Amino acid sequence: MTGPDLKIKIGGWTLKNPIMTASGTFGYGEEFTPYLNLEDLGAVVVKGISLEPRSGNPPPRIVETPCGMLNAIGLENVGLEKFISTKMQIFRKYNTDFVVNILGDSVEEYSTLAARLNDTDIAAIEVNISCPNVKKGGVAFGVDPQMAYEVTQAVRRRTDKPLIIKLSPNVTDITVMAKAAEDGGADAVSLINTLLGMAIDPATRKPKLANIVGGLSGPAIKPVALRMVWQASKRVRIPVIGIGGIRTTEDVIEFMLAGASAVQIGTANLIDPGVSGNIVKGLLGYLKQHKISSVRELIGGLKTP
Amino acid sequence: MPTPRDITSIIVENREVNPKIFLLSLNTSDLDIWSEAEPGQFAMLKIADMSCDDPLLRRPLSIHNVRDGKIQFLYKVLGRGTLLLSQAKPGTALRILAPLGNGFSISNSKTHCLVGGGMGIAPLLYFARKMKEQQPSNTIKVLLGARTKNELIAVQDFTEPGLYDVKIATDDGSEGHHGLVTDLLDGINASPGDMTVYCCGPHPMMKAVSNICRKKEWKCQISLEALMACGMGACLGCAVPKKGIGIQEYLHVCSDGPVFKAEEIW
Ligand SMILES: Cc1cc2nc3c(=O)[nH]c(=O)nc-3n(C[C@H](O)[C@H](O)[C@H](O)COP(=O)(O)OP(=O)(O)OC[C@H]3O[C@@H](n4cnc5c(N)ncnc54)[C@H](O)[C@@H]3O)c2cc1C
Ligand SMILES: Cc1cc2nc3c(=O)[nH]c(=O)nc-3n(C[C@H](O)[C@H](O)[C@H](O)COP(=O)(O)O)c2cc1C
Ligand code: FES
Repeated sequence: MTGPDLKIKIGGWTLKNPIMTASGTFGYGEEFTPYLNLEDLGAVVVKGISLEPRSGNPPPRIVETPCGMLNAIGLENVGLEKFISTKMQIFRKYNTDFVVNILGDSVEEYSTLAARLNDTDIAAIEVNISCPNVKKGGVAFGVDPQMAYEVTQAVRRRTDKPLIIKLSPNVTDITVMAKAAEDGGADAVSLINTLLGMAIDPATRKPKLANIVGGLSGPAIKPVALRMVWQASKRVRIPVIGIGGIRTTEDVIEFMLAGASAVQIGTANLIDPGVSGNIVKGLLGYLKQHKISSVRELIGGLKTP
Repeated sequence: MPTPRDITSIIVENREVNPKIFLLSLNTSDLDIWSEAEPGQFAMLKIADMSCDDPLLRRPLSIHNVRDGKIQFLYKVLGRGTLLLSQAKPGTALRILAPLGNGFSISNSKTHCLVGGGMGIAPLLYFARKMKEQQPSNTIKVLLGARTKNELIAVQDFTEPGLYDVKIATDDGSEGHHGLVTDLLDGINASPGDMTVYCCGPHPMMKAVSNICRKKEWKCQISLEALMACGMGACLGCAVPKKGIGIQEYLHVCSDGPVFKAEEIW
């Protein structure tokens, strides 16, 4: 008897299973090889890359909050060229799909990144649109449907790789943003990125992060993420990748029932570096136990009254 | 350096040795890891079981000692995580990710001086022991400081006769020199190149120590702390500003450190 089918399709790309890692929480993948086999994962999404190197924000950059954490890393990264010449060499060592997450402060920067990465052997591109658009007064691309549409379209024109647009939850209506990405030519949307938050030290009256505000992640955001995945998946036809507070197999099943075709695991990797591999095993076990032949049967399987 | 591992270990002892300061001894089946761990390396401990969401993050603690098949940590109760840890009973299983980071490196100087302040004394015991094993003929000076006698930790381990040349300072004069541990360091005569200082303690103390070393042209290694989420180079949360001109760059305490050459930072 063959085991349950874990495969998932995004555009023309077939993933061996729906479990990916979330950008910024899994380094370049190699850091995690003592704790799991990268080849067990559906895909590895690496740290966000910009055209030029960025040194990131001053410390403190992180703070723990109830059932979560805030981060203001400031998108520290080595820049595209160094990434290609050094970090990308690591990928060749593993029979795993690597997804590169890109960020920029103008539409041009995003398109240049996409064009350059199109010539590499990565599996897909994920576009982080939670970044400020410098030319539009620093408003994040991801909070304005028109800007989200433009950046998606510009990137689409420069790449035939599977294209994932990663949505910001800091918007009034997530479905409008998901639709803008679909209309711009995205193969999938991933959500959610972190929720903007802050923490204050009452003793010193100072913010706990040097950047004052930061992005909230971890189990605390799961209900918000589930709700947004559910809403977005009803609005668009392209696959939705669920992200936010996932740390168990049950969490993955919840996201898939809400409408996600795949998921990304973020903060949980920082606490339990082997968790993503264990979730793949857990998912397989769940399908076997419930005699479900394909993981795709779970997608959107929510029973509503 | 051994590859870090995420292992389950059992608490054998968790005892208050000074007010609010606990000695935690763990047993693991994975002992090779510990015998190879470098002094100054640290561990990330999950305080409760892995499914616990609050506190969510692991806590970093320096390796204090490896002895009789056990690994030991010395920690101070500060906030919620360490308070919960202090309530854990022997027999409890804890997940621990270790050994992490880059520890102290023993230089080729004739004289070595270990300077510890407050909880910064914790990683120095294992270091002193390893150094004595590797270079038995070298002089090892140990300078220990704290605000008051009650906060001096592990002193009896250092003062075993014949091992190290130990001096103590307390801010309130309740033990040893009445004043700062840096006064003791400043009083030492050693020519440049002959001496290396290894320091762990509060930030201002380490800065003062590194200033003295610069003045006297002694080599100096410091062990830094930072807020950490992963402890293994994945989140980039543990940044410290790197010394230099132009665009501010950062080093990462968990993966570039926690032990740095003082001149990398100041
Ligand atoms: C490499 C390294 C080695 C350390 N070794 C020791 C040791 O041997 N003994 C010891 O007593 N302490 C040590 N510390 C400090 C220790 O990690 C903190 O005291 C502890 O995390 C406090 O947790 P809490 O939940 O009690 O405090 P809370 O204030 O409730 O913690 C909230 C968050 O802040 C973090 N945090 C708070 N204080 C510190 C701090 N000083 N440094 C880093 N993170 C902090 C916690 O890890 C947690 O994420 C070390 C820190 C680092 C970075
Ligand atoms: C430390 C840290 C760094 C992150 N860096 C990025 C990044 O570079 N690009 C990005 O698109 N998302 C980044 N994220 C967001 C995560 O990929 C993810 O969307 C978010 O954390 C929610 O998922 P989680 O609750 O499972 O962590 C980062 C999150 C954390 C905690
Ligand atoms: S704590 Fe995550 S990179 Fe250092």
